[in-house]
Amino acid sequence: MDRITNIFAAKKPLVIFTSVGYPTEEQCEKAVCAAIDKGADIIELGVPFSDPMADGPVIAAASQVALQGGMTLNKVIAFAARIRARYPKVGLILFSYMNPLLHLGYENVCAQLAAAGVDGILPVDLPLEEREELLAPARKHGLHIIPLVSPLTPEERVAQIVEGMTGFVYYINVAGVTGARNELPPDVAEHIAMIKRHTSLPVAAGFGIASAEAAHAAATAADGVISGSGFVKATSESVEAAAEFTAELLRGIK
Amino acid sequence: MNTHYGIYGGQYVPETLTGALRELEKTYLAAREDLAFRAELNDLLVHYVGRESPLYYAKRLSEHLGGARIFLKREDLNHTGAHKINNTMGQALLAQRMGKKKLIAETGAGMHGVATATVAALFGMECEIFMGSVDVARQAPNVDRMHALGATVRSIDEGGATLKDAMNAALRVWASCSDTTFYLIGTAAGPYPYPMLVKDFQSVIGKETRKQCLEMCGRLPDEVVACVGGGSNAIGMFAGFEDTPEVLRVGVEAGGLGIATGQHAASINGGKVGILHGMKAYFLQDENGQMLDTYSVSAGLDYSGVGPEHCYLADQKLARYVVANDDEAIAAFDALCRYEGIIPALESSHALAYAIREAPKHDKDHIIVVNLSGRGDKDMDNIRKYREVISKRLSKCAST
Repeated sequence: MDRITNIFAAKKPLVIFTSVGYPTEEQCEKAVCAAIDKGADIIELGVPFSDPMADGPVIAAASQVALQGGMTLNKVIAFAARIRARYPKVGLILFSYMNPLLHLGYENVCAQLAAAGVDGILPVDLPLEEREELLAPARKHGLHIIPLVSPLTPEERVAQIVEGMTGFVYYINVAGVTGARNELPPDVAEHIAMIKRHTSLPVAAGFGIASAEAAHAAATAADGVISGSGFVKATSESVEAAAEFTAELLRGIK
Repeated sequence: MNTHYGIYGGQYVPETLTGALRELEKTYLAAREDLAFRAELNDLLVHYVGRESPLYYAKRLSEHLGGARIFLKREDLNHTGAHKINNTMGQALLAQRMGKKKLIAETGAGMHGVATATVAALFGMECEIFMGSVDVARQAPNVDRMHALGATVRSIDEGGATLKDAMNAALRVWASCSDTTFYLIGTAAGPYPYPMLVKDFQSVIGKETRKQCLEMCGRLPDEVVACVGGGSNAIGMFAGFEDTPEVLRVGVEAGGLGIATGQHAASINGGKVGILHGMKAYFLQDENGQMLDTYSVSAGLDYSGVGPEHCYLADQKLARYVVANDDEAIAAFDALCRYEGIIPALESSHALAYAIREAPKHDKDHIIVVNLSGRGDKDMDNIRKYREVISKRLSKCAST
């Protein structure tokens, strides 16, 4: 079994998103290591992009800072390789807008990611209609493409989205952009149950999760819990805050 | 439906927006075949917008240049002062059909913002316009017009704070409220079906031009010219001449301070294939695939991408894409004011600059039609500032 499948088979994993290079490359790396040491199971490595149109203010601002600090996709891949060398078992997913991938070349980027020990790619702006162009090179190099499902996705489309995919399904809890919310919408469990009627893949829930309570609610409904903006915010405060944030979410999941 | 133009176009959007795009496509494809929809749109274009817009022979300018005859397609005479309303009227009717309560739009020069605020007022809809803070400052008269029409103007400070950033902000907001809100894209860009919609609603420009030129000159023009930012007025003009390869179609991009300086907005002439705003197209970007901020004296052309069909037409050499720099556009602006008594928008002045450059190379049997996409009232402040900068530079040169 591949790494991601193994992780989901063993437990309900905590998936942590980080905007690589924020606030600095060094602090980000320490925060990611601290999160893994605390028990985070999968890390989504966010590639900063000049035009993060699916992101809320926290991650959008973090992207801008990371870019000003000189972060690039090549450096994110090197970052991933360092994390992989230190943590053979953690799941690593590249979270990216399409343009940096297209610019480096899909074949090239997939080969480099596989060599760095990355498990998959989560392309933010690549829906079902366009995914074929990235799917072929990703498969060739043994990378998952993580499909996204939103609360607005109708059931027949869910069936098409999950068809033939590997890894896990990312369920977006709320229609909108990334960022913490006060509480999860009440229909998360219902949507995830619907997705699971069409796939045996695990379904992880993300968007708006930044507290033990929200993590608990998400873990009740889903096979895994994803948190982004909250971790990014904590990382900018200190490595300790990032570790404590991770620990809080883990308390909610257990 | 074919959602691509060669390799360009497509629907590169987050999953959350795909449903809204499907709903829009479905509504539009049905409306397009509906005689009542077309009649309603046509009636509004005639009685509200003031179509058809004249084709005018710029005799004094042509004689001054001493070559080709230059004709102007007077989109500046439309209600709201630009071609933008052809499209906002069509899309607002679609929004009505879909039962949406609110219109949101991005705007650069503010002409699309004004045209959107106008149709929102006309149909009694709520309206919010996203505009980069740089553009809010340099297009203040249009911000006032939007306010007067009852729209909210949201000033966007991210990135270069121009059109690209306004579009990011509009897309973000749309993702959370697409059930009640219609995103009215103003340029021939964005995810499918927008490029198709905008082209269809703007094609009235090309169709009228073709008919008018035949009536006035007894033949088709040799060249049709339009400025290209995202490319809505150009694609509308080009649409009238798709089956006539003998008519050269020319798009003029904003060269800013010159392509070599990097300070420009010429995506086709100076960009690479990329993905943003839901489409694959040419974008100005750095060596790491990050989008670059653009520069042009004209806010309406200040966009790092360009509509997907233009990319296809450029690759296939079905249309020609050239560049006019700031200084050429300003000179063309002056020439039209002085020789014809027409104050053109700085955007349209780029298309004029090409015609002024080319006309002397031909004789008077050569007909060039320039799409005068908008009027220049909004630009008076920019023109004054531009002249101040130049005169400072000149006096510096003189004193050293």
